[in-house]
Amino acid sequence: MGTDSLLAGEKSYTICRSPSIKTSSNQATRLNQVHASSIPPPLIELTGVNKWFGDLHVLRDVDLTVKPGERLVVCGPSGSGKSTLIRCINRLEAHDQGRIVVNGVVLEDKTKNIQAVRRGVGMVFQQFNLFPHLTVLRNLTLAPMRTLKLARQAAQERAMYYLERVRIPEQADKYPRQLSGGQQQRVAIARSLCMEPSIMLFDEPTSALDPEMIAEVLDTMIELAENGMTMICVTHEMGFARKVADQIVFMDAGAIVERAPPEDFFHTPKNERTRTFLSQILFH
Amino acid sequence: MPLLRTLAVGGLTLLLTACASSDKWGWYVISPATKQGRINIEFLLSGVGWTISVTLCCIIASVILGFALYTLHLSNNRWLAWLYRAIVEILRSIPPLVSILWVYYGLPVLTDLNLNPFVSGTVALSLYGAAFMAEIYRGGVQSIERGQFEAADSLALSTIDKLRYVILPQALRRSLPAMGNQFVILLKMSSLVSVIGLSEVVRRANELAVTEYRPLEIYTFLVLEYLILVLALSALVRWVERRLGADQERAVGLKGPAQ
Repeated sequence: MGTDSLLAGEKSYTICRSPSIKTSSNQATRLNQVHASSIPPPLIELTGVNKWFGDLHVLRDVDLTVKPGERLVVCGPSGSGKSTLIRCINRLEAHDQGRIVVNGVVLEDKTKNIQAVRRGVGMVFQQFNLFPHLTVLRNLTLAPMRTLKLARQAAQERAMYYLERVRIPEQADKYPRQLSGGQQQRVAIARSLCMEPSIMLFDEPTSALDPEMIAEVLDTMIELAENGMTMICVTHEMGFARKVADQIVFMDAGAIVERAPPEDFFHTPKNERTRTFLSQILFH
Repeated sequence: MPLLRTLAVGGLTLLLTACASSDKWGWYVISPATKQGRINIEFLLSGVGWTISVTLCCIIASVILGFALYTLHLSNNRWLAWLYRAIVEILRSIPPLVSILWVYYGLPVLTDLNLNPFVSGTVALSLYGAAFMAEIYRGGVQSIERGQFEAADSLALSTIDKLRYVILPQALRRSLPAMGNQFVILLKMSSLVSVIGLSEVVRRANELAVTEYRPLEIYTFLVLEYLILVLALSALVRWVERRLGADQERAVGLKGPAQ
């Protein structure tokens, strides 16, 4: 199923906000009070971030800014710190040095701050991580009901809205194990969207999928991107990167080596390490 | 039904053994055919009520106490975790017979609490069982994949919601087989309460063996009593497992996830 067919005749809706939700973002208001300028402030700002796993230096002086609506693809060899980088953004990992600001909230060791950041940041995992003991619908309504204090009815309406967006509303009453890998990953995307985040993080979302199921998940992500969602994707899908990314970030040994738009990144990479990496992945 | 088959085979084997060496066995002592035999059987069976009562109370109390104990470990507080470890190690290291004797004979000296054999035995065995039950909960939670915790975290669920809605429902289902095992152990441990005079099945058997001088038949009868009680308890636990779908997870594990 191609992206074009997905989008045909559906120009009117946006995947990012369900109709029942007020679109006046208090996030934007809060940020505007801080930055009185007309330039949109960054949604994510990392400054001099360092992290160690024991003796292993996994993030080295990482600086990264992501503006609203920007779509970043992070690539690099395995063990280069890509996953750790995005897992620091919603504090699944704690950074050791430096400063991370997400949605105007400084990430530090305070439950209140961490929860505030996590409410605005959705994450999709390589292994889907759906809750196996809950139905698809319950997977989607749990966090909105508990964290956002939505009523059951409202949460279910929202869940069905996003299940339709990822094109599996008919699976609402099934359990995750009854679905294919691709369907499970789309449920996981819908589950994150139910929190109506302003940023979506994807941690190798297609790496655990059979080849024939990769397309359906990528299509969902492309659709999300085309509707203006701010996204950071760690992925090896270079076709997706070329098509969707505003910027490609290349990491090696815990450091950001290069950041460039896809055109420049694929055709005129500046760094030697990037050229080696590209030659390894593109010509197989 | 596998339960009935097991019972039939087990009973038949014992009966055949008895008949094969009939000069050594004296089943008359508990023969339903004679008046004295019927009185003796009734006497032996009169302990079943106490055995079941002690066991059920211990199971319920250790499930609840064990969970209360485990919450110390869940708290993420280093001192409470240390306290948890200390309590578990102490409770586990006391032989249950010793703790029964201590509660029944020792506690009244120390305090004004003078507990009857039933309460003393239940308290002692429940504390013992609670330590094991807490460790079973801990194992169950530890067996949950890290991804489940991370997914709950990434959805900004609070720690309590994460445990209540995501982790514990899965952990408890996985713990059920181990809990069933522990329940059977508690059932058999209830025999220890006989030493402080509770008239459960072992006490009854001892009393009858002393008056009738036929320990072989009486204790064989006792073995059969425990066999039936244990099989019934196991069947109950398996029924609960099926009801909660704990066996479904196992089926998926064997055949691989449904695609």
